[in-house]
Amino acid sequence: MSEFYSEKDVQREVTELQGKSATAARLFDIRRIIGGLFVIYGVIVTIAGLTASDADIDKAEGVNINLWTGLGMLALGLFFLVWLKLRPVAPPPPGDDERVE
Amino acid sequence: MHPPTNLAAELRLPTNWLDYTILGIYFVVVLGIGFAARRSVKTSLDFFLSGRSLPAWVTGLAFIAANLGATEILGMAANSAQYGVYTTHWYWIGAIPAMVFLGLVMMPFYYGSKVRSVPEFLLLRFDKAAHLLSSGLFACAAILIAGVNLYALAIVVEALLGWPQWVAIVVAGFFVLAYITLGGLSSAIYNEVLQFFVILAALIPITVLGLKSVGGWDGLSDSLTESRGADFMTSWGGTGIGSDNPLGANWLTIVLGLGFVLSFGYWTTNFAEVQRALSAKNLSAAQRTPLIAAFPKIFIVFLVMIPGLVAAVLVPKIGTAGSDLQYNDAIPYLMEQLLPNGVLGIAVTGLLAAFMAGMAANVSSFNTVFTTDIWAKYVVRGREDEYYVRFGRLITAIGVLASIGTAFLASSFSNIMSYLQTLFSFFNVPMFVVFIIGMFWKRASMKSGFWGLIAGTTAAMVNYFWIYKQGIIDIPSDQGANFVSAIAGFVAGAVVMVAVSLFTAPKPVEELQGLVYGTTSPGMAEPPAPGDEAWYRKPALLGWGAVVLAAACYIPFSF
Repeated sequence: MSEFYSEKDVQREVTELQGKSATAARLFDIRRIIGGLFVIYGVIVTIAGLTASDADIDKAEGVNINLWTGLGMLALGLFFLVWLKLRPVAPPPPGDDERVE
Repeated sequence: MHPPTNLAAELRLPTNWLDYTILGIYFVVVLGIGFAARRSVKTSLDFFLSGRSLPAWVTGLAFIAANLGATEILGMAANSAQYGVYTTHWYWIGAIPAMVFLGLVMMPFYYGSKVRSVPEFLLLRFDKAAHLLSSGLFACAAILIAGVNLYALAIVVEALLGWPQWVAIVVAGFFVLAYITLGGLSSAIYNEVLQFFVILAALIPITVLGLKSVGGWDGLSDSLTESRGADFMTSWGGTGIGSDNPLGANWLTIVLGLGFVLSFGYWTTNFAEVQRALSAKNLSAAQRTPLIAAFPKIFIVFLVMIPGLVAAVLVPKIGTAGSDLQYNDAIPYLMEQLLPNGVLGIAVTGLLAAFMAGMAANVSSFNTVFTTDIWAKYVVRGREDEYYVRFGRLITAIGVLASIGTAFLASSFSNIMSYLQTLFSFFNVPMFVVFIIGMFWKRASMKSGFWGLIAGTTAAMVNYFWIYKQGIIDIPSDQGANFVSAIAGFVAGAVVMVAVSLFTAPKPVEELQGLVYGTTSPGMAEPPAPGDEAWYRKPALLGWGAVVLAAACYIPFSF
């Protein structure tokens, strides 16, 4: 390393690594995981709301909080799954050939 | 505030199999993300920076989640129970302007220069001395802060679920270690995005039910105005210079100390945050990362402040000798009082998720700085890339073990939140002054960076340990002292940098391209990606929109 560690060294090193990077091609889409987890949570909590005892409802200031939270989580999960369905990840654009080996 | 070790024993939550099922599913998903992200790690850039390829909404939500650790959630609720609506300052003036500045002004230099870390930028702008010092300081701070998160997790889990402290530390440490070692930064970021939504799902029911239990916002406001005075429900009431308020700060120290120095130091130079933006797929996405994060940040204050205020109504003596409950117990208390099984499991999961987010952000930034800035530049240079990926995995494991050690160290400090703020004033503020001067003043010489860092850190420590702790000047609270330390560190660092620059050689102009305001480097000239011309993706519009919205939020709380 010379006296200055120059910007050109970093530019070259990072550009080279970015060319070999596999993240863009191989990393899964997080929307699937968020959607899946929230649908599962939504169903579990909604069922807890549908079968809520009076004690549960009294505790939560008279609100069936499990039902409402469950429905909200279910809606969020479905939103992510629908978004994924409607707008899947675009394949890397053809001009971006430095990412493709 | 008192040591949170005294979390009241009656806070044990009535969890059942349903809550543990929800928690168990979460841990399985967290590990699953680690295993699934593993195949995307091929180069060191993949492991440490997700190959600079993530979309803006993912990095933006990870940016906010990395900040939304449980120490932040419990600490800011505690702040609200103690100081009232003053808490909004940590969000609207203490975060938004700095986040917008990072996105609009600083990101072109960070991202465009292709540096992999904040210290690496200092290496390009200044010299090896500044680089090594800042890398070393950052690595230590990251491990200390990860340890604080782990310790806070252990005491909260012990109080709420009855697990022994070492079980909680080992379980949380193991999961964080596993998913970062497997999938690197991609896995950390994906988990943070997931954590963000789980944390919201935990806080929203607590806030809604809390408000209902005290008769809505009007009931809350009337009750606290009566018991704590009118200023308790305002942002700026009683902050005139010379007037007395519980925060121990006036509008000038709030604006300069919190709003400018502490906040800019944290948001713009703390690598645990900036790393999320550097992993974005292009300059536009990197700029939008903190701007997308700014919008949730404006509103999250309500989800932590309202539970704190509600607790102050329900337990009027909270935090004083007349009650078993500490300020830090505000959110756990409401969970215990209001949430039935089911939502309770979500809330427990959200709290654990928040602890793990706070810890993982620090571990994943620590391994990057230690590997690319210290090991690969000064210890073992020029090895093949695979070696540095292996080393990164090894140092992740060492980092987690070290933070388990610092967790036990943190247990000797009485107040976690102000311990954290104090660490920030020591480490982030000097870094920020060196950055801001280096970025805007071409003449700042190569040597000035190192001396600015030394002077800033020393001044902040002297103010804290000597002037404040020894009572040389009377500052009413820890938070007020942190604001003053921050200003002192900033001024000392700036003065020393200017003085050193006047007597030492500047860096040659051709070495400063793309590092100083007003210059550009080849990396910045990249054309916008298709779709980035859309109006809602314009950084300037997003940034100024956030600033205007934050300013507007102050209006109802200012009179």
